[in-house]
Amino acid sequence: MTQWRALLQPHRIVLMAIFTGLVIWCAFALRWDWVPQYAPLAVEGLWRTIWILILTSVLGFMLAIPLGLAQAVGPWYLSAPAKLFCTIIRGTPLLLQIWLLYYGLGSLFPQIPWIRGSELWPYLRQAWPYAVLALTLSYAGYEGEVMRGAFSSVNRGQLEAANAFGMPRFTMFRRIWLPQAIRNVLPTLGGETILQLKATPLVATITVVEIYSVSSRVRADTFIVYEPLLLLAVFYMMIAGLITLLFRRFEEQVPKR
Amino acid sequence: MDLILETLGLAASAELLSLNPPGWGGNLLRGLANSLQIAFGAFGFGLLIGLFGASGKLYGGVVIRDLLAIYTTVIRAVPELVLILILYYVGTDLINKASQMLGYGRVEISGVVAGIWVLGIVQGAYATEVLRGAIKAVPQGQIEAARAFGMPPFMLMRRVTIPAMMSYATPGLANLWLIATKDTALLAIVGFSELTLETRQAAASTRAYFTFFLAAGALYLIVTLFSGAVFARIEKWARRGQPSLRGAHK
Repeated sequence: MTQWRALLQPHRIVLMAIFTGLVIWCAFALRWDWVPQYAPLAVEGLWRTIWILILTSVLGFMLAIPLGLAQAVGPWYLSAPAKLFCTIIRGTPLLLQIWLLYYGLGSLFPQIPWIRGSELWPYLRQAWPYAVLALTLSYAGYEGEVMRGAFSSVNRGQLEAANAFGMPRFTMFRRIWLPQAIRNVLPTLGGETILQLKATPLVATITVVEIYSVSSRVRADTFIVYEPLLLLAVFYMMIAGLITLLFRRFEEQVPKR
Repeated sequence: MDLILETLGLAASAELLSLNPPGWGGNLLRGLANSLQIAFGAFGFGLLIGLFGASGKLYGGVVIRDLLAIYTTVIRAVPELVLILILYYVGTDLINKASQMLGYGRVEISGVVAGIWVLGIVQGAYATEVLRGAIKAVPQGQIEAARAFGMPPFMLMRRVTIPAMMSYATPGLANLWLIATKDTALLAIVGFSELTLETRQAAASTRAYFTFFLAAGALYLIVTLFSGAVFARIEKWARRGQPSLRGAHK
């Protein structure tokens, strides 16, 4: 109730009226006649963006757990490579990583005969495996650093208690260490997932057709500049809003002390 | 030196990366200089926006606060690539309209200025949040004391708020600087010849993709590590006089 009342302050009503006026002006003054023609392509692109986002976030997070664990408690021969990996991923632009994998590996693979002959070759000739690989590694690099902090922030007494009950190491990790670590960093993970969403349009530069590249195509075909970009921005804001809501649901599951 | 490279099988790469014209090293370094120039400009412009934005969010009226909230939320939810395109077209359109109204013809806008304008506005949204948090961390009593002595707002900011918030703001600002250096790579997509685009051109014309992309990666990494060291020094300086917390929580 109080949330709604906050929206009804006089200045907010004026701002909302101005905003509604802007939207109506956009709807009538700008050109939207291209929308029906490109709608099927846009839906496909939107679907692919979301699919890439989910796939790379899940795979990247699974990679981030061992990376974080190695850095938090691992012996030096595990923690040093993990730290090196995270530093390299975080220290270079994602665009460069994507191009290195796509153009670099993509030009190397055809020279190796057994790869050309293998079952995987039809996939390796397409762009999306490289896009997924690059985004997964990037997410893993950033999350590895987050999980390092998360694992070391779990209360030592919890782990000692589990040890005292004679819990096997893997059970202890699965039931106590990992859940508490993830709970501590849920807000950070939500923010990082939005950053990952904002990284997805970069794969359009290696010919993966997602929502950003659909808008580029509209611009190239019809010379309409602002309308597709505005619609694109609205789409990204809606997906970012959904991610925020989703993580808020996750955070509500955490019991408050 | 040549012998070492020869035995390691890196002679061909060294030749490609040499600074003299058959090699592409000079182009890469020029690209790096362009990238750094834009990163510096955008970071500075963003910091300026951030300072005003943070003051507006903390001390401004209700309308200013709501407008700033919209600015920071929208900028942080939309991909930088999309923002760069929108701001690039809006900026060039506005400038051309203005110059036509004043009676001049179309103006050619330099890539550096466009890059600084575009990335600066993006950086400003993040800087607003970083600085707002830092200003809020300054003990209220210090600001009240300065006000009680009758300090005008700008002097208060210059003498009390900014020095006192530096230690809280430096980690966030260091992060922002790294984001600025890496975001310059996105300008490659609008065709500005910074490090990433120079690298791609060099790689495409020599077919030595790995050599050039790895070399560019190394350059970016050097910038990152060097900035990390510099910001560590700045943070140490900003924290001078504060008691160390080491060993306090055991």
